[in-house]
Amino acid sequence: MTMLEPQPAGIPAPRPSVRAMPYWEGCRAGELRYQRCASCGYIGPRPFTVCGRCGSNDVSWERSLGKGRLYSWTIVWRPQHPSFVVPYSPAVIEMDEGYWMMSAMVGCTTDDLVAGMRVTVEFHEVSDEITLPYFRPASEH
Amino acid sequence: MTAHPFQDVAIVGVYNTVQAKRLPDHDAESIALEGAIGALEDAGIAPSEVDGVVGQFAAEAIVELAMGARTRRPNMLGIPALLDAAALITTRQCSVVLLAAGGASMYTDRTATAPWTRPANEFVAGYGLFTAAEFALMARRHMIDHGTTPEQLATVAATIRNNGHDNPEAVHFGRGPFTVRDVLDSRMVAEPFHLLDCAITSEGGCGIVLASAERASQNNGAVWILGAGSDCLGPSYTFAPVWDFRPRDDEDPAGRVGARAARSAFRAAGLTADDVNVAELYDPFSFEIIRQLEVFGFCNEGEGGSFVEEGNIAPRGSIPVTTDGGTMSYSHPGIAAQQLQRVIRGVEQLRGTCATHQVEGAEVVICSNGGSGALFTDVVLLGKHRP
Repeated sequence: MTMLEPQPAGIPAPRPSVRAMPYWEGCRAGELRYQRCASCGYIGPRPFTVCGRCGSNDVSWERSLGKGRLYSWTIVWRPQHPSFVVPYSPAVIEMDEGYWMMSAMVGCTTDDLVAGMRVTVEFHEVSDEITLPYFRPASEH
Repeated sequence: MTAHPFQDVAIVGVYNTVQAKRLPDHDAESIALEGAIGALEDAGIAPSEVDGVVGQFAAEAIVELAMGARTRRPNMLGIPALLDAAALITTRQCSVVLLAAGGASMYTDRTATAPWTRPANEFVAGYGLFTAAEFALMARRHMIDHGTTPEQLATVAATIRNNGHDNPEAVHFGRGPFTVRDVLDSRMVAEPFHLLDCAITSEGGCGIVLASAERASQNNGAVWILGAGSDCLGPSYTFAPVWDFRPRDDEDPAGRVGARAARSAFRAAGLTADDVNVAELYDPFSFEIIRQLEVFGFCNEGEGGSFVEEGNIAPRGSIPVTTDGGTMSYSHPGIAAQQLQRVIRGVEQLRGTCATHQVEGAEVVICSNGGSGALFTDVVLLGKHRP
């Protein structure tokens, strides 16, 4: 039973792509953003400029409420890079808006993680440019 | 039914170089070239007779083997590169095609996981993901949905590692034998994967020579391509690996990647899973064998765990799996070589030349590459006889 914490500064930081800039700007402002096709409602797994379902160019960034359920997770004991503190818990969150996002669990112990548990976003700064969204167990159910 | 064009293509030469933890005198290109030369010798074909080269070092092999002007197709993958090579023959662009791959001097910083396991995408980098963690997210979901257990995963790892323990050519020859308990007692890497649930890293090269049916008629060890298929749902390790990810409602979810490829392969061959004697399945992590057995039709969805627990994948089980030790014990040189090595082992099984764990009378082998955590799976069915 070990407490899961956000990673310290100094981890290999994400390098934002042009298309994902609004996502990273949102994170810096404490706002979780995602893209949805304004025409058909499709939410893709990665940033997109044209809707893969209906072909519309009207794809806007929207604000997520930052709540969802724990869909899957792992607990890493052998870090991919020595700058990561173990254990850490990469996790897939099933967001209430109807999409999945890659993140990691914090604010609980490794034993607290249960499939389907309610989780909520929290932000942690890694560098001036990068703030990472993590998830912790939600107080409401 | 008209025969599938791939059935006009034979594999006439295969070769694995020495595989080892480190090959200090080699880089990836030089060991791939050794694989190429060995495969040509096995086929009894001179470099001058090759009219096409496929693979990561295709252009390099053309000049190193002093071929002159030849057809070149760069392809970093395993079975997809084999199918590109076969297509060069079915479309009559070439009659003899060489395919080679290798890895060496790539994994030097041992404080981190191997470089090919940690591509730096913006949505995964900050969370410390690498292949073991990505595949763990898929395995966990199967455990949630179907009650698959760590013991069942460990059964896969022990079976394949014991195949390698017995194989004098395996990098981990003699390291076992392994019990389920040994796997469960090994240190945790990314839950549910213990160290022994994961592929090793090593160095080595290999080569394959393909030829038209006409050219293959001069060759004694020819093995035939009965059918094949390739599934990819997007770039690996750039977005969440979600079992239920399904861009089209009427298609298989990401967790069942490879189902379409296997259907395509079996349809082309006019066969079903019941006709397969050996399964040379790609084994980056123990769980992936359980998943592939379900997806390829060897058992029903959700029953892969009990299927392996019943002993079906053992050397004398109903469908022996990854008989040389695979990436967990035989070798895992990085990117493409260990994927092609599934095909090479399949060819050796059909030729009846395996020094260990030869499946007597094998006539049909399924070989696979990839895995759910990487969002792709490729399948090829090989036969001892041309249909």
